[in-house]
Amino acid sequence: MTEHYVRDFQAFASNGAAGAPAWLREIREGAIARFTELGFPTMKQEAWRFTSVAPIAETHFTPPASRLPQLAIRDVDALSVSGTGEGPRIVFVDGRYAPGLSSLAGLPQGVEATSLAEATRSGPGGELARRHLARYAPWQDSAFAALNTAFLADGAFVHVAADTVLAQPLEVLFLATSGTAGTDGPTVSHPRSLFVVERGAQAALIESYASIGEGLYWTNAVTETVVGEGARVELYRVQREGRSAYHVATTQSRQERDSYLAFHALTLGGSLARHDITTVLDGTGAELILNGLYVLGGSQHADHHTVIDHAQPHCASHEFFNGVLAQRAHGVFNGRIIVRPGAQRTDSKQTNNNLLLSTEARADSQPQLEIYADDVKCTHGSTVGPLDQTALYYLRSRGLSPEAAQSLVTYGFAAEILGRMQRPDVRERLDRLVRAGLE
Amino acid sequence: MTGKGKREKGNVLLEIRDLHATVEGREILRGIDLTVRAGEVHAIMGPNGSGKSTLAQVLAGHPAYTVTAGSASYEDKDLLAMTPEARAREGVFLAFQYPVAIRGITNAYFLRSAVNAIRKHRGEEELGPVEFMDSLEEKLKIIGWDDSYLNRPVNDGFSGGEKKRNEILQLAVLDPKLAILDETDSGLDIDALKTVAQTVEKLRRPDNATVIVTHYYRILTHIQPDVVHVLSAGRIVKSGGKELALELEERGYDWIREAAPVV
Repeated sequence: MTEHYVRDFQAFASNGAAGAPAWLREIREGAIARFTELGFPTMKQEAWRFTSVAPIAETHFTPPASRLPQLAIRDVDALSVSGTGEGPRIVFVDGRYAPGLSSLAGLPQGVEATSLAEATRSGPGGELARRHLARYAPWQDSAFAALNTAFLADGAFVHVAADTVLAQPLEVLFLATSGTAGTDGPTVSHPRSLFVVERGAQAALIESYASIGEGLYWTNAVTETVVGEGARVELYRVQREGRSAYHVATTQSRQERDSYLAFHALTLGGSLARHDITTVLDGTGAELILNGLYVLGGSQHADHHTVIDHAQPHCASHEFFNGVLAQRAHGVFNGRIIVRPGAQRTDSKQTNNNLLLSTEARADSQPQLEIYADDVKCTHGSTVGPLDQTALYYLRSRGLSPEAAQSLVTYGFAAEILGRMQRPDVRERLDRLVRAGLE
Repeated sequence: MTGKGKREKGNVLLEIRDLHATVEGREILRGIDLTVRAGEVHAIMGPNGSGKSTLAQVLAGHPAYTVTAGSASYEDKDLLAMTPEARAREGVFLAFQYPVAIRGITNAYFLRSAVNAIRKHRGEEELGPVEFMDSLEEKLKIIGWDDSYLNRPVNDGFSGGEKKRNEILQLAVLDPKLAILDETDSGLDIDALKTVAQTVEKLRRPDNATVIVTHYYRILTHIQPDVVHVLSAGRIVKSGGKELALELEERGYDWIREAAPVV
């Protein structure tokens, strides 16, 4: 099942991607080899016991057509989280940079947003990419990250220089056109992002995935985020792929001393979604907010595996994931917290709450604590259950109709997560998407 | 009617006749008779397990309780036939003994939803967020709160006392005709108790009524009840003036239990 990817890789390596620097070609060669060794995971593996990727493994996905499809700017505006082309955005179509749809005017001095193809060329920028690219995402351990890395040619590169403030959120938008592009059969794209926010800088970023058309396609994304010493980053990730799509993603972040990262992950789309999030608190005094929400219906399946790695002392992490599951939807949450030896004074809190709106909906929630230090504070809790009848009665006793009461309690599950988003404009926009998803 | 001198009797707001109710098959209320008129404050006292909270919840329409016999009418309408929301819209309010947390929903949003549900029912225009916040300011002052409580999720992470105050805020905002306070006084410190009592006194008008369900005499030192009832084993076994409450305070409930007819 992996052979055709190797053939596609050979074609890719000898054609368009040949211009890449030697260090990158070397990484790719290593990654494709690792992919063939690992193969697609099966449900026999612990990390995959609730999620079958057989639909992905058994489908012959091909790379997207070499010519970039022409998209109307109007359609792109409609799918952009930051709105009608007001904020800065960098757009990728089927994983490839689309400068004509991007608008980077108005980015402050010290902020660079470009394609990875550009960033990996030689020169000082190339050095920066070389220092970070593929250094964090675990392509040696994950077949999906390996496959993405093997096909690494383009993608998003955002660099915020030291002590720079990127106040207006920059959106990195990955659009999939499959089902509309006139290709033979379903296609796969491997969106790749590298965000580097240097010491003392502040940045707000939106990473979003959306689709034009409702055909079958597969997005296999990898994002690496580096938060430098004392930097503050708020990263919004919005996944609203098409209803037939498969979405697999690996998000890896590394935080240095006294940095702050708020990572908001919203999962609304795809028929099969798997998101592995790993954050490493790699400097003392770092703080992480990991704030996620999945709203699923129909027969959607979404699996979030998060790892918070406390590698250094005096760090704090607060993780909140809520799921709202209607009809036959299935949500999986696995939250692992690792406190390394010596990571004293760790303060870590994790909650995962799931609301089942039908008797056929299902949620699996697994917290995992691995603590190798003794002076730490770690708590976790998870719930799975239907609407709270007492809450519904309480609201009705205040005059709300049963329908209004139900929608308020349901919305509350989402609002709890949305409420932690600090940018009111982004929050409102996402609030609208969530409300639409709840209907 | 003690302590009020001569006064015209108000219209009957609530009329309960021979009310029986069960929960999970157990009979808790065994023939309640009670008449509450506009302008009155009633206190219903009784030992634990006497049926006080059951009575309060039955009047609000809790789905876990089944009425097996008797009637309750509110403004000449069959209260028991109405849904919980219809009762609320018609002006019945229950301050819960154990207020429920609604995660993710701010107090402000919740209160406005409740006010608008009632306004809509009355054919009045619904209030927008800004108008609503303006109208709230005064009510907040009454209970001694600032707006910070409005942006917190409903009762989520509230202390016991905060939850009770929040019930009283709802009472002040919704301004019902018939308010039932289910042990709102229990677990309150003296300042919170005074706030609750003062709010009830402030809201007291000739056209509304309050039923205070309580285990303790304490709150009645701040609120003047017109009638005090003693509930025991699911029946009102004694009614009287405030002096009855005082007697309960001094003698406890045992003499009432002994005096209660055996069923």
